[in-house]
Amino acid sequence: MSNELEISLYVLVLAVPLGLELVRRVSPLLHTPLMSLTNAISAISVVGAILVSGTGTVPLLSKVLGTIAVMFATINIVAGFLITDRMLKMFKKKETPGK
Amino acid sequence: MNDSFWQAAYVIAALCVVYSIKWLSSPVTARRGVRVGEFGMLLAVIGTLLRHEVMSYQWIFVAFVAGAAVGAPLAYLMPMTSVPQLTALSHAFGALAAALVGSAEYYKDVAAGDPTTGAKMAAIVIESLLGYLTTTASVMAFGKLQEIVPTRPMTYKGQNFVNLILFAFAAVLGVWMIATPTPGWVFPTFTGLSLVFGVLLIMPIGGGDMPTVIALLNSYAGAACAAMGFALGNRLLIIAGALNASSGFILSVIMCKAMNRSFTNVLFGAFGQATGGSAVQASTKPVRSATAEDAASILESARRVIVVPGYGMAVAQAQHKLRELSDSLTKRGVQVDFAIHPVAGRMPGHMNVLLAEADIPYDKMHEMEDINPDFAEADVALVIGANDVVNPAARHDKNSPIYGMPILDVDKAQTVMVIKRSMNPGFAGIDNELYYEDKTLMLFGDAKTFLGEIVKALNANK
Repeated sequence: MSNELEISLYVLVLAVPLGLELVRRVSPLLHTPLMSLTNAISAISVVGAILVSGTGTVPLLSKVLGTIAVMFATINIVAGFLITDRMLKMFKKKETPGK
Repeated sequence: MNDSFWQAAYVIAALCVVYSIKWLSSPVTARRGVRVGEFGMLLAVIGTLLRHEVMSYQWIFVAFVAGAAVGAPLAYLMPMTSVPQLTALSHAFGALAAALVGSAEYYKDVAAGDPTTGAKMAAIVIESLLGYLTTTASVMAFGKLQEIVPTRPMTYKGQNFVNLILFAFAAVLGVWMIATPTPGWVFPTFTGLSLVFGVLLIMPIGGGDMPTVIALLNSYAGAACAAMGFALGNRLLIIAGALNASSGFILSVIMCKAMNRSFTNVLFGAFGQATGGSAVQASTKPVRSATAEDAASILESARRVIVVPGYGMAVAQAQHKLRELSDSLTKRGVQVDFAIHPVAGRMPGHMNVLLAEADIPYDKMHEMEDINPDFAEADVALVIGANDVVNPAARHDKNSPIYGMPILDVDKAQTVMVIKRSMNPGFAGIDNELYYEDKTLMLFGDAKTFLGEIVKALNANK
């Protein structure tokens, strides 16, 4: 097993329990925003898409696929963060007077 | 640009991602969580654009602009009742992005005359399988939520067998690709099989199981992202993907528990078929119905009212009328609370968002476990557009398809009021004995109109 792979596996085995612990603490109140936020976050895959479409030496097919991937990931980033914030804005503790 | 710049950017981005979810744990800090998530994303993108490998920018920027042009209207124009559909679409987009990068990586290495095998190919295989499968599965889930595709489970004889064969074939191709360089047709075939498998996976699943399915697809999309991290040797992607995958996993476990079903049962069970038996025979029994005025005077004299909203309430767009009622009762010194079943709505937490949209403060929304003991002290339980989640048959009727499902104990309240269009059984097609109890008052009508009439009657009594 290569060194690179070993480090990646360590990262994975630490990230999964961390994720489970973090998400367990999220109030059920916010489970819908949680899902839209994690969708936005995992659209960080845009990083991989940029690398494969922007690199000089790749074949055209890979470039095209990568560029389409950049677009879809960007949709998720933009829509995910915006709608999460739109939902969270609505959660208020006390009713504002006069409403 | 120096390598250490983007490396540092990735490390900080990873930290941002972790805190983004941590701060989401409470509504007080949640918006800070979004900010820090956005900041992390920005760092990751800028860091990547500055990497020396990235040389051509024009198409990337075109893709950025196109993506933002689609994403922003989606986020702003989507009504809150349609958030589950938007979420299903997001799963499809995210998974497709991951899958396309997997394909791009594959063809990049083939073109370089150095077909990948071993660990990297294993990552690409998993990334593509999960990515393409989740894409079509999410599109199907979207179709079912939007009711373009029939929401009833679609089943045929030998379905599980066909799925199994297909999956086995894909697995064989996958292993083959990992073991050794393969002929040109193998990867496209593998891709096609994954796409088809996604469709077949969702076909037999009923609309009522959508909360679980959406959460599960969320998890798959995250896993595809993590697999991409392995293929590219990018740990930021592994962390973000793993967080998303574990989040989706926990949510689907919660949903399964809330419906007393197992994962395998949701995926292979085809819920709709088990019903029928107890549905018809009871519907001739007498029920007590009441008018809006009756309801208003009972509510007015109550000390404590617990409202149980279901998806029917959201469909009737009755949230705002419900808040008017709640305000009006609160002003009269009645304590009003909202009891929310985990599967109320079409995805985890959906009902909370719908109530929040109507300006109902979140400290009045209570989870099932917290509020259930309170029903015994409540004068009135007001059920609006919910059915199966308040059906006492889940506690004692072993023949009922929903037997064992945790429910809200509305029947412990002094009086139960149910706003319902007609006596038609709910989504699962099961009759509800609650409606025939002496303490139950049926309020027949459209939820929005009826709530409006109650509010009017309350104000007239003033």
